Amino acid sequence: MLEVEGLTRHYGEREALSGVSVSLREGRTLVVFGPNGAGKTTLLRILAGLLRPHGGSVRVLGASLPQEAFAVRGRIGLLGHDPLLYRDLTARENLHFHARLHGTPETRVQEVLEAVAMSRRCNEPLRTLSRGMVQRVAAARAVLHEPRLLLLDEPHANLDPAAIELLAPLIGAESGLTRVICSHDPAGGLAQADVVLGLREGRMVLLGAADGLDVVAISELYR
Amino acid sequence: MRRTVPALLRKELLVELRTLESVPGMSLFSLSTFVVFHFALNRSSTEGDLAAGILWVTLLFAAIIGVNRLFVVDEDQGGFDGFLLAPVDRSALFVAKTLTLLAYLVVLELVAVPAFALLLLGPSLGHALPGLLGVLALGDLGVAVIGTLVAALAVRTRARDLLGPLLALPLFVPIVIGGARATSPLLSSGHSGGPAARWLLTLGLYDLLFGLIAFALFDFLLED
Amino acid sequence: MYGKGLRALSIATVATMTVGLVLVFFYAPLEAEQGFLQKIFYVHVPLAIVALCGFVIGGLLAIQHLRTRDPRWDMRSYVAIHMSLIFAVGTLITGSIWAKGSWGHWWVWNEPTLVSFLIVFLLYATYQPLRFAIEDPERQARYASVFAITAGAFVPMNFIAVRLSTAYVHPRVLGSTSNLPAPMALTFLVCLAGVALLYATLCKYELTVKHTRAQVRALRRRLEGTRPELAQSRPRSAAPALHPAATMSARTAGRPG
Repeated sequence: MLEVEGLTRHYGEREALSGVSVSLREGRTLVVFGPNGAGKTTLLRILAGLLRPHGGSVRVLGASLPQEAFAVRGRIGLLGHDPLLYRDLTARENLHFHARLHGTPETRVQEVLEAVAMSRRCNEPLRTLSRGMVQRVAAARAVLHEPRLLLLDEPHANLDPAAIELLAPLIGAESGLTRVICSHDPAGGLAQADVVLGLREGRMVLLGAADGLDVVAISELYR
Repeated sequence: MRRTVPALLRKELLVELRTLESVPGMSLFSLSTFVVFHFALNRSSTEGDLAAGILWVTLLFAAIIGVNRLFVVDEDQGGFDGFLLAPVDRSALFVAKTLTLLAYLVVLELVAVPAFALLLLGPSLGHALPGLLGVLALGDLGVAVIGTLVAALAVRTRARDLLGPLLALPLFVPIVIGGARATSPLLSSGHSGGPAARWLLTLGLYDLLFGLIAFALFDFLLED
Repeated sequence: MYGKGLRALSIATVATMTVGLVLVFFYAPLEAEQGFLQKIFYVHVPLAIVALCGFVIGGLLAIQHLRTRDPRWDMRSYVAIHMSLIFAVGTLITGSIWAKGSWGHWWVWNEPTLVSFLIVFLLYATYQPLRFAIEDPERQARYASVFAITAGAFVPMNFIAVRLSTAYVHPRVLGSTSNLPAPMALTFLVCLAGVALLYATLCKYELTVKHTRAQVRALRRRLEGTRPELAQSRPRSAAPALHPAATMSARTAGRPG
């Protein structure tokens, strides 16, 4: 499902990622920990096909990036800090736009709106909604096209516990999807993980199955 | 591509209708500019070269206002990533944005040309109108193509409002040459016949050349 | 190793330019109408031709950069455009002097070459501000290449448009080599060769300096690995800087300069 070998990406003279290797089987969850600037978001964006790797190899869903990136677009869902939605359009209009881009049937829009409990306020411009609501619509956008791989950058950032529970069937462990999550929460993140990757300044400092690790080891990363 | 461009266009026009950020501004700007020209040149009625010059300069500067705003909403609201993640041909964005800018220019001219005829033009437009529309159409296409390319170049830089016009104006010079030289006889009293073929050819060549180049290069600007 | 042919090239440039100067002052006949001032033609026109070719070459090098993503092509494109811009300023200055001498005005709109150059200069003058406004070096190089290709295509298009629009009051200067008498033509060609060699030498020189700096930086980075207190952050710059990895791979591959 996911095979990364010696991945390198530099930003001018600085190495944003250096020699990162990890693999993930289908249906499993990889959680990436690391302080700010460690390269977590860079890794996620490379997996999404938004950034090119400068060295090493990346295979996602059987396709080699960046050459075969076109084959995986549309099978990956990204939920990051940015909701990737137009604030002046309504939730429904935003989702319809994404549905058309992905070639998803329009009936699916109503389905996800209901799944994130936004069908009542789906006809109001997003700028009138609270951050938590916008995040819910963003999650709806991320899973609208039924991706096989979910890339989540601190997905619970603006959500209250009720909302987190609401989204669990879509982006949580219950969804059964293969997931890569960037997290700042050692306990919560570890609980969701099958595989753990720890980054510091672009380098891998921790890699292993989640059962073999405890919260202390992960908190060490942030020291 | 066939499915993507209409979807993009629909989104563009929806956002513009909701926010009214570009078209009203461009149109009002053109009206104000005509007033400024009246006072700056101290003329109530112009024709020929002077009239053509005023019209084209005003249209270009109003176009630059539209160019400056063309990608701002996408850049600020993360629209690029959303598009880049979709399994679509990325050049569709170039086509959609060019058509959008072209639409803005057409609406602009629906306001500006009658206003110009009313405020500053001596001879009547009547018989020259079809020719004028033809020249404007070719010129608009060139402005739309170059404007879209320059807008995409400038929007992700630090001085985006400054770089846009600085890059665009020299690139627009051949359009001004072709457009103004073609328009000038049309706006003279006692003229009959259409615009000169050589200027239409210049504009057409320009549109074709830069249309192809911009289409080919646009993808490279979208990557992160 | 870069800079291999630099000495030979420099000698050739100096030699050609010296011969050119000698020919200009002692061999080429005085032109009937304009007299001594006409000799500036031997500097002005070669500068113009070389600058224009340089801009177009900058565009071609940029195409290579986009195709291969190798930052060394971007470096070459940058140097070509940068140097051509300097030569373009030279063209404008010499053209202006000639205009003043011949027609009494520091600027004339009737000379299509001069006018086209002004427009091209205004366009390429935005190249460095554009680069400077983008911090991410990889994106800076990419955007600069897009600009270089667009501007490179613009140069001929612009010339056609301006030529069409100007009234030919004065004789065409460019392309009139066929009408020149033999001694003038010879002098012109030698001067053209001299200016072209000067351009090539200056470009090669600048490329060598940049590559050497990149290698010094790479060595410095290795040193910093052992002594972090030497670390220095690089200020924002419009000029491309080669990533150490790129130059390292060039050395290990044994590529000659």
